[in-house]
Amino acid sequence: MKRRNFIYLSGVGASALMLSNLPSYGTPIDPLQSLETVDVRIKKELADVALNTAKSKGASYADIRIGRYLNQAVITRETRVLNVANAESFGVGVRVLVNGCWGFAASNVVTKDGVAKTAERAVAVAKANAKIGGAPVQLAPQKGYGEVSWKTPIEKNAFEVPIKEKVDLLLAANGVALAGGANFVNSTILAINEQKYFASTDGSYIDQDIHRLYPNFSVTKIDAAKGAFETRAALSSPVGMGYEYLTPTASEKMQGVVTRYRNRYDMMEDMKNATKNAAEKVNAKTVEPGKYDLVLDPSHLWLTIHESVAHPTELDRVLGYEANYAGTSFLNLDKLKSGNFKFGSPNMNIVADKNQKGSLGAVGYDDEGVKPKEWQIVKDGTLVNFQAIRDQAHMIGLNESQGCCYAQTWADVQFQRMPNVSLQPGKTPLSVDDMIKKVDKGIYIVGNGSFSIDQQRYNFQFGGQLFYEIKGGKIVGMLNDVAYQATNQEFWNSLAAVCDERDYRLGGAFNDGKGQPSQSNAVSHGSSTALFKGVNVINTKRRIG
Amino acid sequence: MPILSKEEAQALLKKVLSYSKADECEIGLSGNEGGNIRTALNAVSTAGDISTLGLAVSSTFGKKTGTATINEFDDASLEKVVRRSEELAQLAPENPEHMPPLGPQTFAESNTYNEKTAAMTPESRADMVAASLKASKDAGLDAAGFLENTTSFYATMNNKGLFAYNKSTDVTFSVTTRNKAGTGSGYAARGFTDVSKLDTLAATKIAAQKANGSVGARAIEPGKYTVILEPTAAVYMMENMFRFDARSADEGRSYLSKRGGGTRLGEKLMDDKVNIYSDPFNAELPANTWSGDGLPLEKTYWIQNGVVKNLSYSRYWAEKKGVKPLPGPSNIIMDGGASSLEEMIKSTERGILVSRLWYIRMVDPQVLALTGLTRDGTFYIENGKIKFPIKNMRFNESPVIMLNNVEALGKPERAISVESYRSYMIPPMKIRDFTFSSLSDAV
Repeated sequence: MKRRNFIYLSGVGASALMLSNLPSYGTPIDPLQSLETVDVRIKKELADVALNTAKSKGASYADIRIGRYLNQAVITRETRVLNVANAESFGVGVRVLVNGCWGFAASNVVTKDGVAKTAERAVAVAKANAKIGGAPVQLAPQKGYGEVSWKTPIEKNAFEVPIKEKVDLLLAANGVALAGGANFVNSTILAINEQKYFASTDGSYIDQDIHRLYPNFSVTKIDAAKGAFETRAALSSPVGMGYEYLTPTASEKMQGVVTRYRNRYDMMEDMKNATKNAAEKVNAKTVEPGKYDLVLDPSHLWLTIHESVAHPTELDRVLGYEANYAGTSFLNLDKLKSGNFKFGSPNMNIVADKNQKGSLGAVGYDDEGVKPKEWQIVKDGTLVNFQAIRDQAHMIGLNESQGCCYAQTWADVQFQRMPNVSLQPGKTPLSVDDMIKKVDKGIYIVGNGSFSIDQQRYNFQFGGQLFYEIKGGKIVGMLNDVAYQATNQEFWNSLAAVCDERDYRLGGAFNDGKGQPSQSNAVSHGSSTALFKGVNVINTKRRIG
Repeated sequence: MPILSKEEAQALLKKVLSYSKADECEIGLSGNEGGNIRTALNAVSTAGDISTLGLAVSSTFGKKTGTATINEFDDASLEKVVRRSEELAQLAPENPEHMPPLGPQTFAESNTYNEKTAAMTPESRADMVAASLKASKDAGLDAAGFLENTTSFYATMNNKGLFAYNKSTDVTFSVTTRNKAGTGSGYAARGFTDVSKLDTLAATKIAAQKANGSVGARAIEPGKYTVILEPTAAVYMMENMFRFDARSADEGRSYLSKRGGGTRLGEKLMDDKVNIYSDPFNAELPANTWSGDGLPLEKTYWIQNGVVKNLSYSRYWAEKKGVKPLPGPSNIIMDGGASSLEEMIKSTERGILVSRLWYIRMVDPQVLALTGLTRDGTFYIENGKIKFPIKNMRFNESPVIMLNNVEALGKPERAISVESYRSYMIPPMKIRDFTFSSLSDAV
């Protein structure tokens, strides 16, 4: 996952006018414009121009993505609206295979002449690079689907909800925090709509309308006398849903020491709890370092799954394609082929998919025109598969792609990105309360915090939002300054139990980073609450001077 | 062509402004073009060529602002985008922090543009990458690398008389070389305004030396060690503290907040040897000469002799606090010292040479406590000599604490942060009591 952008240089601008320079946000537009769509017939005509041009210039394969990517961000702090930004990014990306080498070009000039020139540039790039040599690209066969379409099954399009309704919700929630004694509160609603059209020389013309939503906040409590401050972030998740996610629903709440949420989120309630939690954190007991049993809530565990399981099973990392940026992997082809590599305990079952309803990864087709599959990556603790796309499938003996190719916008080349990667719930009935009862000395962690892992995914350190001390099967109070450090395989082999499917929830990353130039991907990771035995916990407290 | 000259940009912006009926109107125009090649396993994996041009208009009535953009440039489209921004402004909530636009300002010309970099082509990129791959193959290693060049311009104009324009080029190259057995890894990264300074062959040779030198790494006990950080390692650690923002410090939520309230402006926070400043006119690291909101940028010390010399104040926060606005840094330069890397090693009884750091994340913003790991060449030093390569380790340390423990500084070099890909001028540095917390098997 990418870190928050806390690096500030005035030359790259904070003003609204500079928004267009932020690739993840495109260029600002009128909110009403976001409801317009581009006629699919026009897109097909443009696609055919690009594909025919590429073929006539010598491409053995070509695809084009005509993308309209919309973002809306409503950003507030305390009693003020800081920004309402509607951004659009519209253009084409053409990828070609010439002499066994990839070439890619992109442009915001979406005319017949513009896409033809873009296709020509892509061919020129491929030809220049083919001279360097290397093993020719082998594409797994893929049948064309003809003219098809797919849409995220949303109930309420976030872009159709008036800005005022979003502002009112955020300012009302901020009001709850301020009334509860918070010093500062920031809150946001981010909505994304990818209207993307894919066509290839295989005969697919795929029109998709993908929606994602992320409500989030952070409450800060300051103790000026101590020179200390603590924050508590929202326990919401980014989701592949419409605005319906923000409709509080009692049956989607998980009750406990703090309320957590499944398919619907109650921002007002969570803000009230967060305000109380932030104040509690300022005065919480600092943790005694040592070995603890960890009870990890899905709002926390998703990030550990993401970093320690989903990333090291990306085939491009395993093979060395990410060596210069994201890194490689402690896994390799030999460990997969052996059929007996014990990634974790028998309680560890990991499944990959791009189908789960409400998940960030859900699509009808990936960005190279493949219908996504569902497949097991770890079965009863044993590594059984990786994640592969069309030009990688042959490397692990597959004769088709698993359908996990993605590009963040039209301007970026598509490549292998992780699908949703999830820990399957336990098969034996087990509630969170019953799990906690079994723990003598432990910490119950809710929400994700600081995270860091090495380039081969051996050694990691994770923080969290809320840390509750467990003694003799009971929660006895709140802890602070907690982070756990572990070696990946050792950690997953300490997985002693997973709660059953009643507790299964999705967490996720809106901005997983990989590739050069770096691209963002959105994925969900599901799990039920899980128990890890005897994990090393450190105390992170330091002082300046 | 997406890159407009100053005169072309000015003429276009004047025309857009002529359609405005708002109290305030600010326009931004930006364009960029460039390309990249990515390699892995000694071959090209992906490559691209991208160009864009866009216009953004912000209109304000009272304290209500609306922004709209467009990437079509006929007269009707230009008028449409102005009207749309005005309609949006009427619908927008009032922003109590809105500041009126600045009037005319005087800016010095920047040195951020280089013709040779702007003239790069798919072929010239391929040649530079081929030179790198040759060095990797000659050393019996697998290279994965990335070369990217960008030419961009940004211009802004408002209806109070402000006009600013800047054009810049940038080329960055990074390469990781690994041996076939996966037991050795090395890295090099370079970034320049002028491509003629970039030698992909020489950089790859350094990465290859690190890769072959890191084979056979031994484990040592984690704990507190004297470290010598090469600039690539130091800059990534320090990048986390370069914001120097007054507002978050005043609000009590920054490492620059003073206990009991207020900021640490004027306090001694680091070792006497630490001098950190920004200077858009630095010959090695030229930067834009104006800030995003149109204020001229000048040489500014942030840390001088270890003392917090300046904090950046936005125009709004400056007005609220009754001080002069000061834009944040557009580049960062840290002064060095007289020691060479060899001298630093020679004077070290027991320590660790760190080539690169990796995956640094904030653990506690109150003291800028960070965690991350070493990578691509970590070596044990004993009695003034490099003894053997060691396994990578996780650290838990704050750059502020680290800069209190400076033993020696070397000559500043232009170095890239491996996370943001920004360039900085940073010296190699010898630091005592750097905290390593655990071992990693990663190579």
